[in-house]
Amino acid sequence: MNIYVLLKKTFDTEEKISVSGGQIEDDGAEFIINPYDEYAVEEAIVQRDAHGGEVTVVTVGDEDSEKQLRTALAMGADKAVLINIEEDLEEGDQYTTAKILEAYFEDKKADLILAGNVAIDEASGQVGPRLAELLGFPYVTTITSLKVDGDKVSIEKDVEGDVETIETTLPLLVTCQQGLNEPRYPSLPGIMKAKKKPLDELELDDLDLDEEDVEAKTKTIDIYLPPEKEAGRVLEGEITDQVRELVSLLNNEKKVI
Amino acid sequence: MSDKILVIGEVREGELRNVSFEAIAGAQKISSDAEIVGVIVGDGALDGLAKEMIAYGANRVTTVSHSDLKTYTSEGYGQAILAVVNDESPTGIVMGHTSIGKDLTPKLASKLQAGLISDAVEIESDGDQPVFIRPIYSGKAFEKKIITSGITLVTIRPNNIPVLAKDESRTGEVQIKDVDVADIRTIIKEVIQKASKGVDLSEANVIVAGGRGVKSADGFKPLYELAEVLGGAVGASRGACDAEYCDYALQIGQTGKVVTPDLYIAVGISGAIQHLAGMSNSKVIVAINKDAESNIFNVADYGIVGDLFEVIPLLIEEIKQLKVNV
Repeated sequence: MNIYVLLKKTFDTEEKISVSGGQIEDDGAEFIINPYDEYAVEEAIVQRDAHGGEVTVVTVGDEDSEKQLRTALAMGADKAVLINIEEDLEEGDQYTTAKILEAYFEDKKADLILAGNVAIDEASGQVGPRLAELLGFPYVTTITSLKVDGDKVSIEKDVEGDVETIETTLPLLVTCQQGLNEPRYPSLPGIMKAKKKPLDELELDDLDLDEEDVEAKTKTIDIYLPPEKEAGRVLEGEITDQVRELVSLLNNEKKVI
Repeated sequence: MSDKILVIGEVREGELRNVSFEAIAGAQKISSDAEIVGVIVGDGALDGLAKEMIAYGANRVTTVSHSDLKTYTSEGYGQAILAVVNDESPTGIVMGHTSIGKDLTPKLASKLQAGLISDAVEIESDGDQPVFIRPIYSGKAFEKKIITSGITLVTIRPNNIPVLAKDESRTGEVQIKDVDVADIRTIIKEVIQKASKGVDLSEANVIVAGGRGVKSADGFKPLYELAEVLGGAVGASRGACDAEYCDYALQIGQTGKVVTPDLYIAVGISGAIQHLAGMSNSKVIVAINKDAESNIFNVADYGIVGDLFEVIPLLIEEIKQLKVNV
């Protein structure tokens, strides 16, 4: 099976976010593979081990994205592709990313493309389904189980807590939800091997794309932090009195019950 | 040319979700004089639901009914809605940022070569250009976004944009559109109901969330009881989900759901940064925890330091009392 994973780097979830001049400050921040994309990498490896074939991880990013691609290779992916847009594009959006990926996938005979269901930074969840649509693939988002048999595929999908069982066929794009699997940690031999695995770097030119072909349809005009939440009041006295006071505050002062 | 905005109504268990009415209000915020056209997709008679959208501010409604649209699939709904888009040539499309909204709108955006602003919590209209505010980094920051070309396609987060006043006397045309739904490649075999009946987490006005301090799946029972008394939903921290006290579907945080209810009661939750990202924009936060040093008290409006198994039953009783007295 020819398996691809769409992956991006995000801030480590431990990171505090700071903003300067309407932009996220990322100097010195720790980056990780987007946690939902990690499920995609793990699932791709599991499917390859069961059905044979090859796993290629693809990212649209900058030079620094190489680190997360190497991590995916260390987990067990076979090849990595970095589409480096740092020099070519001032800004892009999900339209941009999907169009770039469409050009990349044009001559690849992908059977299965996996992505995270959402990135924990921009949180739009658009790129996977957008790409599927551009490639004419069916797609299923937020999957929690994936079984491939020949070109038949059975899926369980999380729908706000309920589970849908779905049957479809390859080629297919899926986006991964928590509960699908437990991503492995890269092993030491895995990390050593990853250094020698192929990592190709492409630019827009290599995909026969111009800046205008992928021009964003949306624009971020400002980024700001929410007002700092002030620590409130810890109630005092007997527990029964505290509970009474709490209910009274919620009812009379805040009017939320 | 004046604006025409389609609002996609979402039906669950035979009723329109509240976020669909919020989407009508959102459409009006995008352009105050826009013609608002509701679209309802399903199987069977949708006329009653259409009238409800009109009562909440839609000027008219188009319904698409087909046996293959009984359950949502992106392909079925996509065909139905794109057929309506073809007829209407709208300047904008708005729907809720729900499971269906998240799944469907990227497909529409891709087909229409359009930008898509997902998960807007507020829409400002300065002059002629609507500005969309959306949380990023799970609410650790916010961004303001505009559409720079093409149709204005937006999903709005439930519970943030207030609905317009309901007016049963409003009238508007309800049009039935026939669409040949074909070639659905993802076939839904079965829907297994696992989520607790009642209030959905993302739309709940009140959330009672438990953490590791709840200690067991059994320990969640009083939380469910409290949620029921308050007409709310139960959520959980990652710790509680990892410990298998409850299903991952309930997880609130940077991975998991991001929620903004009117009242968030954090029970036995320490308040890791990843959890705070998912709930700290709630309007009122109450923390109940044994450990007075817990980080959760730093974001709580009110805190009770105490044993949750003692506090929660008292709280349930007190609220029941209150409800009796009104």
